[in-house]
Amino acid sequence: MSKVKLWELAHARAGDKGNVSNISLIPYCESNYQILAQKVTSEIVAEHFQDIVKGKVTRYDLPNICAFNFVLEDALAGGVTSSLALDTHGKSYSSALLEIEIDL
Amino acid sequence: MKKNAIVIGAGAGYAGDRIEPAVDLVKQGKLDYIVFECLAERTIALAQLRKMQNPNLGFDPLLPARMERILPLCHKNKVKLITNMGAANPLAALEKTKEIAEKHQLRGLKLAVVTGDDVSEIIKKLNPEIIETGQTLSSSISAMVSANVYLGAESIVAALEAGADVVITGRVADPALFLAPMIYEFGWDTADWTLLGRGTIIGHLLECAGQITGGYYAEPGKKEVEGLGRLGFPVAQVKADGSCVITKLPSAGGAVTMSICKEQLLYEIGDPAAYITPDVTADFTHVSLVQTEQDEITIVGGAGQKRSQYLKVSIGYHQGYIGEGEISYAGQGALARAKLASEIIRERLGIVGAKYSEIRYDLMGVDSLHGGASSGRGYLPYEVRVRVAAKTATKEEATLIGDEVETLYTNGPAGGGGARKFVREIIAVVSALIPRELVKPIFFIREVDGNV
Repeated sequence: MSKVKLWELAHARAGDKGNVSNISLIPYCESNYQILAQKVTSEIVAEHFQDIVKGKVTRYDLPNICAFNFVLEDALAGGVTSSLALDTHGKSYSSALLEIEIDL
Repeated sequence: MKKNAIVIGAGAGYAGDRIEPAVDLVKQGKLDYIVFECLAERTIALAQLRKMQNPNLGFDPLLPARMERILPLCHKNKVKLITNMGAANPLAALEKTKEIAEKHQLRGLKLAVVTGDDVSEIIKKLNPEIIETGQTLSSSISAMVSANVYLGAESIVAALEAGADVVITGRVADPALFLAPMIYEFGWDTADWTLLGRGTIIGHLLECAGQITGGYYAEPGKKEVEGLGRLGFPVAQVKADGSCVITKLPSAGGAVTMSICKEQLLYEIGDPAAYITPDVTADFTHVSLVQTEQDEITIVGGAGQKRSQYLKVSIGYHQGYIGEGEISYAGQGALARAKLASEIIRERLGIVGAKYSEIRYDLMGVDSLHGGASSGRGYLPYEVRVRVAAKTATKEEATLIGDEVETLYTNGPAGGGGARKFVREIIAVVSALIPRELVKPIFFIREVDGNV
């Protein structure tokens, strides 16, 4: 077994709606969809973002395009309009998600 | 005569977007429509403030520049233009656009405006529950700036039926700007939730313009995109069955690939099976994407459920000020000096009695983006920028934050450089739902060199 960063296997894009962040996770090879479905649970993502995200993390699966959508609630220090953060939109959260390591 | 297919281009993905890609599309894209989506969540509240200062303003500040470049080309190539650049003042946007059309002698051009999204008065009477706080409007916020409901495609469709060449709106759900020409040209039944769902998905894919042609995607060595300096915006050939082909001009930079389309399909959505708009609740979980040619993705399928009986309102309000100050340290010991600087500011803000409701200390180049989640990764910074940001009630209190950071020049650790300070007003946004029947959108048309 070896540790692999999600960055090696998948790409991601983050967006915001109010104080909610959503991050897609998309394997480069569709054949890796199942392994990501097993390894990258909403609990793993919630733990990874525990310093930033105060609310619930939900994973939505899209087998039709072999992709996942993570929805992170209370995640943007109030949201783009009032956050004190430098990255008020949380656009860079996609890169944080890809830092997660999984066992292969 | 209803059409079997139309070509829609996206001319902007946000208010400040590049203009040349839209010019190229209107010139060479063989378009029937071009859509400019320029109204982010908070943009309309800021526009409302400009309108309060000057009743002739409050529309998108880039509207004149865009119309100057685009409108004559649209007239020449018979491309219809739909945009939410009306922001907080669609009527003034119409007048400005008419002025530009007259200057270019675009005779016979029909300009339509859609209003009715400003629901400030309704909201004050209704005093609805605010989604974010769970409390009523009046107990949640004290200084409301704006309240705009997300309208659907309906009034845009009506304006197109009345012969409009240009439709300017205020707050309209982004995908509705794209859905409207489909409903109009294909004669879609507005209770056919499957077709409306498909059209909404296409609109969602297009609304951020360059984000589906390779923008916001590139990662050197991993996912390369050629030509981002001359990134092309998307063109969609939409069919009456709600399928479509998304591509870009061959001469433009960027790319249209499966990976890019997947990222954009999931951009800024919650539950992919229930993407709620005023027109339909769209279902993204049955869409198929196929790479049919280079830089060409075909989108088939997609579904929808009956539209909600409620419409979402975005409410902008004054929430005080943010004061910020920054200063940098370099070389050996940079991190230690930056941390010392933060400690000094903490102490100083106590000594001078600074008032704030929330404060944040960042070490840029160390932890400014992801806080504690950045630690322990073993990356050593050569330079560190201290950033202190606080929320305050008044402008004076906000100013104090940056002033104190600046004093680190002569009072702080060695070698502090590049101090900057900022103060800005917070116009925050919260949401509420209101019954659909309270909202009465209307449109009217003005013809260039004539009156209607």
